[in-house]
Amino acid sequence: MLDTEKIASFAGKKILRLVSLLAVVCFVSFMLIQYSPIDPVRAYIGEMTVSEEHKAKLEEYWGVNTPPQEKFLNWAGNILKGDFGVSLIYRTPVVDVIKERSIASFVLMATSWLFSGVLGFILGIVAGMNKGAWVDRAIKTYCYVLAATPTFWLALVLLMVFSVSLGWFPIGLSVPIGVTADNVTFFDQVWHLILPALTLSLLGVAQIAMFTREKLIEVLSSDYVLFAKARGEKGLDLVLRHGIRNVALPAITLQFLGFSELFGGAVLVEQVFSYPGIGQAAVAAGLRSDVPLLLGIVIFSAIFVFSGNLIADIIYEFVDPRIKQQEATV
Amino acid sequence: MSTAVVTANKGVFRGLNLRQKTLLIIGLTSLLLLTIVVSSVTLDEDSLKTDFGSKNLNPSAEHPFGTDWMGRDMFIRTVKGLGLSILVGAFASTISTVLAVVLGLLSSAGKVADSFISWLVDLFLSIPHLLLIILISIGLGGGAYGVIMGVALTHWTSLTRVVRAEIKQLKTQEYIHISRNLGKSKWWIATKHILPHLIPQILLGAILMFPHAILHEASVTFLGFGLSPHEPAIGIILSESMKYLSAGYWWLAFFPGLSLLIVVLAFDMIGDNLGRIIDPKTAHE
Repeated sequence: MLDTEKIASFAGKKILRLVSLLAVVCFVSFMLIQYSPIDPVRAYIGEMTVSEEHKAKLEEYWGVNTPPQEKFLNWAGNILKGDFGVSLIYRTPVVDVIKERSIASFVLMATSWLFSGVLGFILGIVAGMNKGAWVDRAIKTYCYVLAATPTFWLALVLLMVFSVSLGWFPIGLSVPIGVTADNVTFFDQVWHLILPALTLSLLGVAQIAMFTREKLIEVLSSDYVLFAKARGEKGLDLVLRHGIRNVALPAITLQFLGFSELFGGAVLVEQVFSYPGIGQAAVAAGLRSDVPLLLGIVIFSAIFVFSGNLIADIIYEFVDPRIKQQEATV
Repeated sequence: MSTAVVTANKGVFRGLNLRQKTLLIIGLTSLLLLTIVVSSVTLDEDSLKTDFGSKNLNPSAEHPFGTDWMGRDMFIRTVKGLGLSILVGAFASTISTVLAVVLGLLSSAGKVADSFISWLVDLFLSIPHLLLIILISIGLGGGAYGVIMGVALTHWTSLTRVVRAEIKQLKTQEYIHISRNLGKSKWWIATKHILPHLIPQILLGAILMFPHAILHEASVTFLGFGLSPHEPAIGIILSESMKYLSAGYWWLAFFPGLSLLIVVLAFDMIGDNLGRIIDPKTAHE
């Protein structure tokens, strides 16, 4: 039973939370960059030689001589209007860079998110069903080792095996080199996506599999499963009827809570495969002191992580029948 | 839920009980890590000098991890890099643990402090961890200092939550109520009743922080932030190796990364086994 009052108060709370969070993230990251020893004018000019006059103009543009609080208000005002400034490295508005890059990253992250979720869930169920057996121990060891594996190293190993030695996949980039954008086929894009997505998926499996395993073991030791066993149910049938339904929802919730790690993994993987996504842009912005782009990506990533948490909360509050029932009885 | 594991004594550890076995695992892994750190510090720089006569060699008995394009022995570089990683990890975990304990204790001081601390934890978790380290390291001026501080200042969140929850739970215990009714001061209760419970948790939290800190340091270094290219950090070794991948020099990336994986696993093992001994529920299995 969904009552509008509950939805309204939930939405109100979440919107307030997002706004306050973004305000603080903006303020803190701006101040961090502001007091860092990085000189935005130097970063912009780079190796070029410029006249004093030009330099003065740039300094005015970047507000080098305006006090920080005024600068922050200017910047925040622009952000509210949707203007994140112009990226120094790409020489285009930050919003455009983020839009273009995040689509590429979204494809990568969504694929591996789905794949790792499904695979992890299945592995967790298999391990939980066979607790203590060799298959359980194998899955546990696999997850344990994966959790300790450096993302970028796994990416490098896959790259060495499948691209360099076997030559099955391209070494980098999301499209073939020397092909114009119109000629890139869907197949090409998928081709270049497989290895990065595989890396992220393999690593994402560990957490969800271990969680599913624990949950399933918990469910299987419950009274109602004992009762079901007494009625003669057993094997896969028992797990499908009584286990999966109880385990699936928390597992999906957990998967949504993992957006932050997914983003971090994407940063590393994109770097190794030179996949032109938002993570690669973040690294480039950081290395070359592209302040507007870096701040833009930080804000974008905060919204991204927030939406993951929000979906998890919605599942918890509105979808889980146990929570609904609790409320009905109160 | 009962998670009692029945472990049969078999294999190499026959004759030892679980406690002895756990201690043995902790001892051996600690020894391995200690050996790496000590040898990385004592190894002399001369063994890393360039020798173009023996560049890009495959792994062999003389050079177990092969050599790079300047003829440097990859095994020695890796050991040095691992030592550096462990030291950075140690520093970062120490700072983060101190932060976590201070903030966790603060959160028990009152309602305002408590909600402030949870707010701060949420704030730190709202940005992807890697991006946060990059942001902080740039904010502090980049370089090795920036990266190390970035790693040190961002790993306290989970332990803070543990400390906070533990204190909350302890405060509701009967014996603390009784102690309070008997007129013991807050300080007395904090040091005599609460602290002894917290110390093992804190110790464990610090050790479990290690692998995260090490992996994050290596990742950020790999991306090109911080440590200068002359330092033999694992992240730098791996990012250099990328240039030689298509030439087929697989050993440049494979062994250093694998060694990092083993070190991280070793810390995980120490943490897990120590946790099993510290936790009275599982200590006597």
